[in-house]
Amino acid sequence: MQEGSVQEAHVHAPPEGFVRKYIFSLDHKVIGKQYFALALVAVFTGMILSWLMRIHMVWPNAKIPLLEMFSKNGAPGGVVTPEYYLSLLTMHGTLMVFFVLTNAPFAAFGNYFLPIQIGAEDMAFPRFNMMSFWTTFAAWVVLMLTFFIPDGPPIAGWTEYAPLSAVGRDAGPGMQWGASLWGISIAIFCIASLLGALNFIATTLDLRARGMTLMRMPLCTWAWFITSCIALLAFAVLFPACILLILDRHAGTSFFIPSGLVISDRLQPHSGGSPLLWQHLFWFFGHPEVYIAILPSMGIVSHILINSMRKPLLSAKVVIYSMMSIGFLSYMVWGHHMFVSGMNPMSSLAFSFPTLTITIPATVLTLIWLGSLYGSNLQINSASLFALGFISMFVAGGVSGFFLAQPSIDIYLHATYFVVGHFHLVMGVASLFGVFAGTYFWFPKMTGRMMSESLGKLHFWITFVGAYGIFMPFHYLGLIGNVRRYQSFVDDFMTPYIGWHKFVTIAALITGVGQFIFLFNLIYSRFKGKVAPENPWSATSLEWTVPSPPPWNNFGGRHPIVYHDPYQYGVKGSKGDFVMQNSPEQAVPASGD
Amino acid sequence: MGKLLAIVLVAIAVLSAYPIVTHMFVLPEDISTHGYAIDSQIHDTMLEAGLSFVGAQIVLAAFVWSFTNRKEGSPLRSFPGGAKVAVMAAFVLVGTEVLALGVMGQKAWAEVYFTAPKPNAIQIQAQAEQFAYYFRYAGPDTKFGAIHPDKIDEGNQNYFGLDPANEVEARDDIVSGELVVPVNREVQLLMHAKDVGHSFYIRELRIQQDFVPGLDLSLHFTATKIGKYEIVCTQLCGLGHYNMKAYMNVMSEEDYEKWLTEQAGQ
Repeated sequence: MQEGSVQEAHVHAPPEGFVRKYIFSLDHKVIGKQYFALALVAVFTGMILSWLMRIHMVWPNAKIPLLEMFSKNGAPGGVVTPEYYLSLLTMHGTLMVFFVLTNAPFAAFGNYFLPIQIGAEDMAFPRFNMMSFWTTFAAWVVLMLTFFIPDGPPIAGWTEYAPLSAVGRDAGPGMQWGASLWGISIAIFCIASLLGALNFIATTLDLRARGMTLMRMPLCTWAWFITSCIALLAFAVLFPACILLILDRHAGTSFFIPSGLVISDRLQPHSGGSPLLWQHLFWFFGHPEVYIAILPSMGIVSHILINSMRKPLLSAKVVIYSMMSIGFLSYMVWGHHMFVSGMNPMSSLAFSFPTLTITIPATVLTLIWLGSLYGSNLQINSASLFALGFISMFVAGGVSGFFLAQPSIDIYLHATYFVVGHFHLVMGVASLFGVFAGTYFWFPKMTGRMMSESLGKLHFWITFVGAYGIFMPFHYLGLIGNVRRYQSFVDDFMTPYIGWHKFVTIAALITGVGQFIFLFNLIYSRFKGKVAPENPWSATSLEWTVPSPPPWNNFGGRHPIVYHDPYQYGVKGSKGDFVMQNSPEQAVPASGD
Repeated sequence: MGKLLAIVLVAIAVLSAYPIVTHMFVLPEDISTHGYAIDSQIHDTMLEAGLSFVGAQIVLAAFVWSFTNRKEGSPLRSFPGGAKVAVMAAFVLVGTEVLALGVMGQKAWAEVYFTAPKPNAIQIQAQAEQFAYYFRYAGPDTKFGAIHPDKIDEGNQNYFGLDPANEVEARDDIVSGELVVPVNREVQLLMHAKDVGHSFYIRELRIQQDFVPGLDLSLHFTATKIGKYEIVCTQLCGLGHYNMKAYMNVMSEEDYEKWLTEQAGQ
């Protein structure tokens, strides 16, 4: 890697003026924080929507204060209507999947730390980077608009299955402009993600410091890199899918609508389309999206665990190859969302095997994390608690995948709460645990102040126990055949189980309140937290070689040189049991084996 | 705090396994000929998934318990065998077990999807619409009248858009809001969606299949026990989705014939 030539390509002058510094900033660190802030707003919105759903489900006549002011049609008298329940469900899913699980672990932390961890001054294309955030922001604004139009948000779920999503007004409330805005928002989001993914890939490949070979990149950088490769292919398919959906809705095309449909007593003026086409395009994106959410957290958790264990993983290479295999396999499994969709039953078998196979690299990762804990010198703090919690959640959500990967079992469990429990644990909770771990770990670097450890631990206990309390019972309810996406339980056989749903609702309320502790901790520590040193965790990678917070050009004009792989822990170094990546000193193995 | 985490992990493993081990949540009674294969598949998978879950949580707990707050200067140790053991274990244990489950599970799948319905199976057409199901029997001529979407008229109960004035086949078709089937006799369901995507789910029958607009799918099953069973929609189909249901009424052969005659007489 040549110093100078490649490095100069992206150097920009220090930002001047409020707007350039904080709003339309080209600095990857500011952009990372902007993504984080947007994800934070989205996650609290999404969480409150889930509260409303849970409350409505078990106390259907509950009057929710202020809700009528927010939506007169959706909640007359503060009571959520059945159709508004579906709006809440759609918006919860969309916000969480796109604006939280894609933004927080990948775009926010990736933007902030990928360039620093590889020793670059900024992203390869800082202007693209700024654009990708503001485009994401525009997508969020368009999505949120649906709450304020008379029609309300769409009711077709975050998967927006056609033809329900494609025929417009006849499909019900929210399906006129609400669904159009949804399609526009997601199309814009795709553009933003494509720009972001390109930038991540170019930066990783081109801007690594001298000595930073690919195999010397920290595991989270690897995870962000692999994730950006996945995102590039996945969003490139969702984007045209959204365009076709919008065309079906507004230009009279029939990509997803067959002939002869009578909806709301009106024969639809379409012919020749296929609802399954939408499902294939959507899930071709949708399944890799699961890994876009979880892979960065796998990387972040590995990075933090190594630091907390004070020793490297059993094998970083195996972790990298496992993450790559997961990324690769993630493209061959989308059909497992469609086992009972009416596609050729032979295809179900073809999609079932890669799905089962993907458990192998996932198990390898889990065993590497577990095996590495053995004989370590584990330090417990908020970050490592969440990292350990991630392993527990990843296993809990992963094993239920054994069931759903099998078409024969899916006949029974498809569209039940079993599925809801499965994907919330593995894609939602586990990847958010990665985000929480990352926040506690990197907050000192990002703000120059430490977070409160006692509040962090309190947050962990509420979230860890609470998340199990919410999502474990979902699996049991799925086993008895409790169908998802119902606003209330009209089936008699469900009566004995309403108590479980009440339990889940209460667990969700408590766990949600726990998240406000996190929010408080963030804001309080940002201003009143203990001042953070440069390297509070005695860590080794390059982000800990720069001041907290780092200057606008990261390394203050220096070009770091890398001498080691990123995890020289458990050795005798001049500063303690570790050697920094940019330190020329040779690590001496510590005594013991 | 490491010890506390270890205790909580074990408690979570035990509490999570408890409702399964004590059968607090059981699958509804199986009334199909193929369901046993699905049920035994669920049972075997539960065993494997449950053991993996409990095992992993306990190992995690044990390591967290043992390796936090170690005495100053305790030497670091490596897991015996290192990464090789982890990779081998994943491939051998999980890989073969999971893939074996996958292969075994194909039997149940094949019974539902790869065997043709028997020649004497009763053909019933099912139509799903926002937010109801209608079932159509071909009548004495054993032929269904064609569906004409432009003739659908819910007000006059012409749910399928039949044209009895011009088509002989349509004149004796029987339409019912309830799926009536004889016990122990195979039924072939011809699935038609009128408006948007819906689904056909009978828990006791271990059957779930989407209705896809524009795609005429078929499904076959044999109900083995007389009784009434709920049919619910599992594909989000609009504002009344939660309320979209019908019943399958499984009757003795004689009662079924009687019911058909009654319907035809109307």
